[in-house]
Amino acid sequence: MSVFSTILRQIINGLQSGSIYALVALGYSMVYGIIMLLNFAHGDIIMVGAYIAWLCMARFALNPVLAILFAIIGCVLLGVSIEKVAYKPLRNSPRISLLITAIGISFLLENAAQMIFGAGAQVIPPFFTVPSPSIGSVEIPGTAIVTIAVTALSMVALTLLIQKTKMGKAMRAVSEDTGAAQLMGININRTISFTFAIGSALAGIGSVLYCTAYPQATATMGSMLGLKAFVAAVLGGIGSIPGAMIGGFAIGLAEALVSAVGLSVWKDGVVFAILIIVLLVKPTGILGRSMTEKV
Amino acid sequence: MKQQQLRIPMPVRYLINAALFAAFLLVGNLLVEGRVISSYYAKVIVLIGINIILTVSLNVATGYLGQLPLGHAGFMAVGAYASAIFLTHTSIPIGIAFPMGIALGGIVAGIVGILIGIPALRLKGDYLAIITLGFGEIIRVILLNIDSVLGFKLTYGAASLKNIPKETSFFSTYLCVGIVCFLIHAMMKSRHGRAILSVRENEIAAESCGINLTYYKTLGFTASAFFAGVAGALYASYLGILNPSGFGFMKSIEILVMVVLGGMGSMLGSVVSATVLTAVPEMLRAFSDYRMIVYSLLLIVVMIFKPSGLLGQYDFSLSRTLESIFRRKPTRHPADAANAEGGEA
Repeated sequence: MSVFSTILRQIINGLQSGSIYALVALGYSMVYGIIMLLNFAHGDIIMVGAYIAWLCMARFALNPVLAILFAIIGCVLLGVSIEKVAYKPLRNSPRISLLITAIGISFLLENAAQMIFGAGAQVIPPFFTVPSPSIGSVEIPGTAIVTIAVTALSMVALTLLIQKTKMGKAMRAVSEDTGAAQLMGININRTISFTFAIGSALAGIGSVLYCTAYPQATATMGSMLGLKAFVAAVLGGIGSIPGAMIGGFAIGLAEALVSAVGLSVWKDGVVFAILIIVLLVKPTGILGRSMTEKV
Repeated sequence: MKQQQLRIPMPVRYLINAALFAAFLLVGNLLVEGRVISSYYAKVIVLIGINIILTVSLNVATGYLGQLPLGHAGFMAVGAYASAIFLTHTSIPIGIAFPMGIALGGIVAGIVGILIGIPALRLKGDYLAIITLGFGEIIRVILLNIDSVLGFKLTYGAASLKNIPKETSFFSTYLCVGIVCFLIHAMMKSRHGRAILSVRENEIAAESCGINLTYYKTLGFTASAFFAGVAGALYASYLGILNPSGFGFMKSIEILVMVVLGGMGSMLGSVVSATVLTAVPEMLRAFSDYRMIVYSLLLIVVMIFKPSGLLGQYDFSLSRTLESIFRRKPTRHPADAANAEGGEA
């Protein structure tokens, strides 16, 4: 019974952190699909979201719903302005310059946050309280249920947006062939900005969900979370949306299992080992498309 | 014909440079030993030397080979720990053991470089960046936890490896700087260096000219790792204490910033930016909070306005400068252009 309950508890933990990874991984995947950029700053957008939530609730004592709203809006504005200021001028430069710029943005956000809010962690008050039901002797945390439900809803909404709306069609067209999409009358700049906005909104949702599980904001919280979400995106196949979901849950469950067998200090190592094995065996990930090289 | 006579012959070029370098070493050493330079500044100068080696070594992989490894601190950590473990366990007199430790640090880091490079270099661009980042983090996690898992008493994990003999001096550091710069320069002037440059310019074209991509990529990557290991070994004996947390992703980025700002593919650029970016923060201790912000802003601004770095691929050659001073007509002889030092092949 106790073995069963431990496993069940770890699976729920894994699904909870996996949903957050999946949400963040979607942002990486969408941006990579559309401008072939590894947006290193994506993880730090989550950090900014957490600080906005903390400011709203702990400093200005706002309603949690408003705090969540502000956090998501803040993330969207930040994501879009990063794209406009830093990535747009480099759209025709070598990819390595774009990548280094993204690293620079990530560094800038982390260090600015550290300077403004200090190196210590800021505790975020709980957004809401949810009853925690139990299955047998295992209590399922209410936050886990909310996290998994919100993630599932976001993914359904995103899939509908991409498959059914005109903007979604434009996004798919731009990621397929930017030049041809432009000739068909698609506004490239608006589509790319929209992609960043959606990705950042997902990061904002991920940030709020992350704060329900680990209620504190630190300047460097985004970097490891971002890296792991990135691993999830690569595992699922970067550029593929269902892939990002599968990858996120896989990484979350793998971490939970490593912790369950008592090796939690090796957790980060295992995540990166998975990344390396995936890249070596199937570099395009589980659902990624393979690309042939043109001379 | 007349212009040909103005060319300084190759052995003389090397002699001039070697003599100037020896004079620099001796004068610097006298100033440091004679306490003309305070011990605080001497420490900063040694740190500059270590950072020069790190930057120049990453420049081999980033500037010359055209790849973007994000795990350079991992190789530095391997070299540092290899040398430190050797120095704390050996009974050989320190005067002999220290150079052996430096060589060992380089060799172990080079071997790790081969082991990582062979699988990682099958990937390109972003994926290569990520896989090296992954390897770098794994090296850090291993150094942090290996003792507790396997029961060794080697790295001491988070408790830090202490009591490493503090042997790194001005003389040893800058001797290594000179040797490393010379070796990299000589490698890049050779047939192998040209092959590495051609891989950077266009992989497919290089391969169709009969250049073995895997071999030359691994060669460049391993050389980069080897010299990072040398810098790590010097760093270990400079600090006297090692902790894996000092070799994280941040450290890799710090080295990358130095390479990128100086100019990818310019050794002079690497040396200058390593010097400036190490010295300026030390001089402006009061503003140390802003250091990383300035770094990141610089990185973004330079990438947007001058993606090839401040010096681009320009390299300085003393002999070439002398020749152009002595020459009446500053027109360049074709042979001179072909011999131009620097990254341009």
